[in-house]
Amino acid sequence: MKLEVLGTGCAKCKTLLENVKKAVAASGKESEIVKVEDIPSIMKYGVMSTPALVKDGKVLFSGKVATAEEIAGML
Amino acid sequence: MIKQLADYVTFAQMGLKPGSHSGEALNFFIYDTIKIFLLLCAIIFVVAIIRSSFPPERTKRILSHKREYVGNIMAALLGIVTPFCSCSAVPLFIGFVESGVPLGVTFSFLISSPMVNEVAIIMLWGMFGWKIALIYISTGLLVAIVSGIVIGRLKMEKHVQDYVWEMQVGSQEIVELTFKAKLIYARDYTRDLLKKVFPYVVVGVGIGAFIHGYIPQDFLVKWAGKDNPIAVPVAVALGVPLYSNAAGVIPIVKALTAKGMAIGTVLAFMMAVTALSLPEAVILSNVLKRRLLITFFGIVATSIVFVGYLFNIIL
Repeated sequence: MKLEVLGTGCAKCKTLLENVKKAVAASGKESEIVKVEDIPSIMKYGVMSTPALVKDGKVLFSGKVATAEEIAGML
Repeated sequence: MIKQLADYVTFAQMGLKPGSHSGEALNFFIYDTIKIFLLLCAIIFVVAIIRSSFPPERTKRILSHKREYVGNIMAALLGIVTPFCSCSAVPLFIGFVESGVPLGVTFSFLISSPMVNEVAIIMLWGMFGWKIALIYISTGLLVAIVSGIVIGRLKMEKHVQDYVWEMQVGSQEIVELTFKAKLIYARDYTRDLLKKVFPYVVVGVGIGAFIHGYIPQDFLVKWAGKDNPIAVPVAVALGVPLYSNAAGVIPIVKALTAKGMAIGTVLAFMMAVTALSLPEAVILSNVLKRRLLITFFGIVATSIVFVGYLFNIIL
């Protein structure tokens, strides 16, 4: 599984990255976590409000900081 | 009811005298923080429910290929209900122009969205009454519509960074939330926003209370009254670095009006605080070349100064 956290580097994006890491650690699943900061890659997903979370190329949500528990439910 | 509570705490419990400096300051502080807190909770929650139905993807589709005037008016109105954070100004801008939203219409959205926001409206309503809040909303929309039309007429597409036009933008499905999901979204949104703005409210009301209790009446008439033409542009210039702290700034400004600051100057100042910000300018410089960025700031600032003079004359 590949998880991408999309965000241009604001505080919210960092919080989301932390929550994703926590969720993955708690789930015990194998996962690659990438932080995507460049605009072209973010736009490729059509995301207009950051931060957003992408799982295996599919946008799970955008424009909010989900909690670790919420993310764990989506993995 | 809040008034009785504030009176009870200050005068009966604390034993301060009505009319004394400290008594008036504390009474003002308790009354205003409670009132603003209740207003913030209620209105942010309602606005958040409305917002959950207008993700930026939907707004983009509505505005795509809209003509001048109709497009600008709709963009300014959608700016109120579409959630927007200046940290996502770049992907939002690119998403808009790439899907065929005209440049001028995009700017109407970008101007209205931060300026006509619920926190500024609640604070103005709570501190100055609904009439001033309504005037702020309608003139804010007008500034956004007019500035957008002017920018559109100037045909500045070539002053957008070149890479923007070449970008490949994917499309994202609009997820319809259930009513329960909307309530959860609204609850979280209200909690997060309150956490962010309420400390500023407390500090702002605190400073306001101090001014209310200790600074002499008419102290500011000479500098910020109706008859000083310099006051409006100075207020606008001061508003730029105070980015998005409407929550903290309005209570201070409220106290200053009681000491003689004119209401048009107040409105202009508030608009500058919310609509013109240096961090946003830095973010937007990723997608706008310098000339368009300066034009954007110049037009918005000029419209705001005009609004200030207008209301100093008619109110």
